[in-house]
Amino acid sequence: MAQLRETLIVESEQSPTTGTSANETRRGWSTLLRITEGSLLQPVAAPLQALLALPKWVWLFGIALLVGSLFNFGRAAEVPEGLLIGATVARGVDRGVDWMVVNWDTALRAFNVTLLHYLILPLEKWLMGLPWWLVTGVVALVAYRMTGRVFALLATGMVVLMAAFGLYNLAMITLTIVITSTVLAVALGIPTGIAMAKSNRADAVIRPVLDLMQTMPSFVYLIPVIMLFGIGKVPGVIAVVIYAVPPIIRLTNLGIRQVDSSIIEAARAFGATGTQVLFKVELPLALPTLMAGLNQTIMMALGMVVVTSMIGAPGLGIEVLNGIARLEVGRGLLGGIGIVIMAIILDRITQGFSKSRQPARRAAG
Amino acid sequence: MPSSTQKLSIRSLWKVFGPHADYILKSDWRRKSRAEVQKETGHVIALRDATFDVAAGETFVVMGLSGSGKSTLVRCLLRLVEPSQGHVLVDGEDILEYSGKRLIQFRRKKAGMVFQRFGLLPHRSVLDNVAFGLEAQGINKRTRLDRALEVLQAVGLEGWEHNMPYELSGGMQQRVGLARALAADPEILLMDEPFSALDPLIRRDMQNELMKLQERIKKTIVFITHDLDEALKLGNRIAIMRDGAIVQIGTPEEIVATPSDEYVSEFTRDVRKAAVLPVRSIMTPPTLRVYDWQGPRVVLHEMGEAKEELAFVVDRDERLMGVVTGRAIAEAAQNGVASIKHLMQEPPIVVSADSTIEALLAQLLDYDWRIEVLPVVGADDELVGEVHRASVREVTLASKAGQPAALGQTQKGG
Ligand SMILES: Nc1ncnc2c1ncn2[C@@H]1O[C@H](COP(=O)(O)OP(=O)(O)O)[C@@H](O)[C@H]1O
Ligand SMILES: [Mg+2]
Repeated sequence: MAQLRETLIVESEQSPTTGTSANETRRGWSTLLRITEGSLLQPVAAPLQALLALPKWVWLFGIALLVGSLFNFGRAAEVPEGLLIGATVARGVDRGVDWMVVNWDTALRAFNVTLLHYLILPLEKWLMGLPWWLVTGVVALVAYRMTGRVFALLATGMVVLMAAFGLYNLAMITLTIVITSTVLAVALGIPTGIAMAKSNRADAVIRPVLDLMQTMPSFVYLIPVIMLFGIGKVPGVIAVVIYAVPPIIRLTNLGIRQVDSSIIEAARAFGATGTQVLFKVELPLALPTLMAGLNQTIMMALGMVVVTSMIGAPGLGIEVLNGIARLEVGRGLLGGIGIVIMAIILDRITQGFSKSRQPARRAAG
Repeated sequence: MPSSTQKLSIRSLWKVFGPHADYILKSDWRRKSRAEVQKETGHVIALRDATFDVAAGETFVVMGLSGSGKSTLVRCLLRLVEPSQGHVLVDGEDILEYSGKRLIQFRRKKAGMVFQRFGLLPHRSVLDNVAFGLEAQGINKRTRLDRALEVLQAVGLEGWEHNMPYELSGGMQQRVGLARALAADPEILLMDEPFSALDPLIRRDMQNELMKLQERIKKTIVFITHDLDEALKLGNRIAIMRDGAIVQIGTPEEIVATPSDEYVSEFTRDVRKAAVLPVRSIMTPPTLRVYDWQGPRVVLHEMGEAKEELAFVVDRDERLMGVVTGRAIAEAAQNGVASIKHLMQEPPIVVSADSTIEALLAQLLDYDWRIEVLPVVGADDELVGEVHRASVREVTLASKAGQPAALGQTQKGG
């Protein structure tokens, strides 16, 4: 190798004196590149080589672009009128939503009321009814069991700090929304994830929908959510669920598909039915992955808090929005800190739970 | 069709992996070689027209190189892999005709399986693993745990029931696997290379224990292995598979002594033949037998005729009484002794025809073998043949050198 390099350097040193002899030109690009290797030109040589290695159609494409930019095509450069269907499609969608608002009114209202009065409000009432020091104590205890002494102390300090900022009640409201949407996301997500794991067809159909849900800016579906569910906590929860359900679906699917097939086979060999395999083998073994999904879902739910406040869901998000609206930097910052504290605590606790399940996983290998 | 004494009858069983298995089976492809079919169509003929019977209480070993279709075969017996064509008869019933429910009952009660990579549930204790099949059946907790404890004791794992599988060594994990298979007390035990993942010492222990256990429980066992020594040790009969087809079925002795083709002899080449072959296979008929009532002169005459220096003495029931040497007889003839009874010597070693050559070698180690020939007796001590030092050496040398012994010539004694 070293020797080869030496000869190349020798060649490159010679080239200036030789100049462009007929012999050199005939040898063409490759010689040029060979000469530049190991010389000062080396940084240029590599990209140049890569460029030469490109297939022919890429070159043609580049040339076409170059030519295209040199001419003035006038109106011919514009998209023809006949192709413009955007407005029609948008109007169609509008009409569809309008139709739903009118025709599904009773059902939507019933859904709204049920969710609010049987889930959100009782939970909120219960959480708000607890003394703040009791909640702090529970957080400390759970943090201690799930992670350790250091984080337990840290978590306690953070909850006390949040309370001192006067954010405790708002935090409980936010927690209500996060819990409710997480429960709904889990209730929807785990069965969906199972369906995807069990059927490749379901996987192929649902996967692009999940991609869409995760890449679509959340403001886009806030509008129909408001139209269908009004403003307040329920649409807030629904928006959060739409945003936060993909990870739990994906990770349920992944977790089940990852289960060692030889273990499933053994279970089947002993006469386990499909349901028994699911509940006694697949779900328990997928649990660490499932918990990771739950963790992500909770984090994403917290990430939506400010956005949901824009459609009238109360909580810490309101503080941030008000801070923005009234240009009160401090207020916004405190609200933001409150959200971060909740995120840190929930993240570490759910991660701790996921890790405490790890030994089972390790043995699966 | 199947005879009723067979526990398990496999009839023309085929398995083709691939989307158009039916087409492969209906067309000419079924007669083409596996490699050709795989190359041209992407389908794998994993099982080709397998037919065999397993008697109740028999240990039937299936042996073959990796990829020869052993696992596929044993999985077809539980329909973990759905066969493409053929019949699997258990007690005369074709399990391929079972409905889903019936099949699950069959798996729960009739057969237990042990897996190469154990297949234990990592999130459950040893006890709950063993009880898994019973739990699937819906048997109540108390009963199933009691039963699980019982089988755990049978495989020597008492005291470990509350450990998790990953806390156990490989050998112990496979005992759990075995206990799990035995928990429902099935009649059939399917074992897919159960000891292949264990190191050789542990493997031997497990083989011995399985043999001991089998003496007691007398299950019908289908045992998969790629290890000929294991097959020869455990199997009542052995089937050898190649490219999905069964190429030979026979007793261990038959497999070693008369491999049906190159492929089988390839397997048996490295085996220590001495450990498998009985003395019967290398003995020759006795050259000279004399009766204990005969007089020295007659015997001397016969020995002279046969040009032998040694004769085996038998009684009227052909039972071996001893040996006489030419020199002793000649002396006795001169001294006018009437019977050879008093001239007989105990033969140094009496070899039983059914013991292995290795056992004979072990006996010989204790004895400085100057005599060139030894008497061989049958089950009732009757003289059935003799074995020459040269043939023993031939077999032992052959297995050491990895060469097939000249078995054809040594067979005539049997
Ligand atoms: N699910 C499957 N799909 C496709 N081919 C398979 C499948 N299972 C096994 N095979 C193929 O069938 C052949 C026999 O495999 P197997 O029964 O596992 O052999 P063995 O147990 O003797 O090693 C191999 O060529 C293997 O690649
Ligand atoms: Mg196998």
